[in-house]
Amino acid sequence: MDTLVIAGRSYDSRLLVGTGKYQNFAQTRAAIDASGAEIVTVAIRRTNIGQDPNQPSLLDALPPSRFTYLPNTAGCYTADDAIRTLRLARELLDGHDLVKLEVLGDPQSLYPNVVETIKAAEVLVKEGFKVMVYTSDDPIIAKQLEDIGCVAVMPLASLIGSGMGILNPWNLQIILSRLNVPVIVDAGVGTASDAAIAMELGCAAVLMNTAIAGAANPILMASAMKKAVEAGREAYLAGRMPKKAYQASPSSPTSGIIGS
Amino acid sequence: MITLHINGQMRQFPAVMNLAEFLESLELSGKRIAVEKNGEIVPKSQYLVTPVNDGDQLEIVVAVGGG
Repeated sequence: MDTLVIAGRSYDSRLLVGTGKYQNFAQTRAAIDASGAEIVTVAIRRTNIGQDPNQPSLLDALPPSRFTYLPNTAGCYTADDAIRTLRLARELLDGHDLVKLEVLGDPQSLYPNVVETIKAAEVLVKEGFKVMVYTSDDPIIAKQLEDIGCVAVMPLASLIGSGMGILNPWNLQIILSRLNVPVIVDAGVGTASDAAIAMELGCAAVLMNTAIAGAANPILMASAMKKAVEAGREAYLAGRMPKKAYQASPSSPTSGIIGS
Repeated sequence: MITLHINGQMRQFPAVMNLAEFLESLELSGKRIAVEKNGEIVPKSQYLVTPVNDGDQLEIVVAVGGG
């Protein structure tokens, strides 16, 4: 069985999904069910003091008993804020220590600040967190994050929420050739073919949110992404035929052609 | 009454014995939350023995949808 293994735990699905930007919790749940994802990212935010505390919550729609929660540090611009957020997340989720670290550089690009990311990763790994880390597609930084002890390294394909697809497959290939931990494309996937390409390159998994939530029909797109990730993985395992520029090769027998 | 810096806002609340009672007053008991008091996380097991005093800084967080 070809499973995704992160921090010693196996998952059947190689598609990880975010839970933001949906119209409501029912749509969130329906899309995530259609995606087949087992790992779902969540954000940690202040409660609205004074708001009805009995309104439905994300945890009702996506029971933590059924899904593996991956609390993130979205919106954090310093190592300190990210560390603080994940300590709160661990308390919130009863000691759950698998987390997604992202430290952002600026609100326009949401590009990772790799200096702060490395600082935060060092502290969190020492504190026993199992850190899946969002980073740029810089192979040197990716390797450093692995060396620090992150359990998965998650380079961007393009900017968060941009849907621009995989802009630099060459860098991803360098990262894939050098790292031993799972490399997961996180951010930038726009449509099913982007996810398939990431998997064909040899990525262990793909993480996405807006590509599904921002589709006109999120539930149908979730299903498309599930198939794309599976197809890309199978194509990777199958080993593609070599490319032969300028030289065709017939698929049908060359003998026995009438009139020959 | 006590004044608390709670989730970035200054607000007044009736005085309470401890954090458990304070969360009860906000109807947050038993909810999936995490609490930080003056920069330190308060484990759930400590709510009953953690005082809430005038001027304390509290952060109360939940999990929400995000990518």
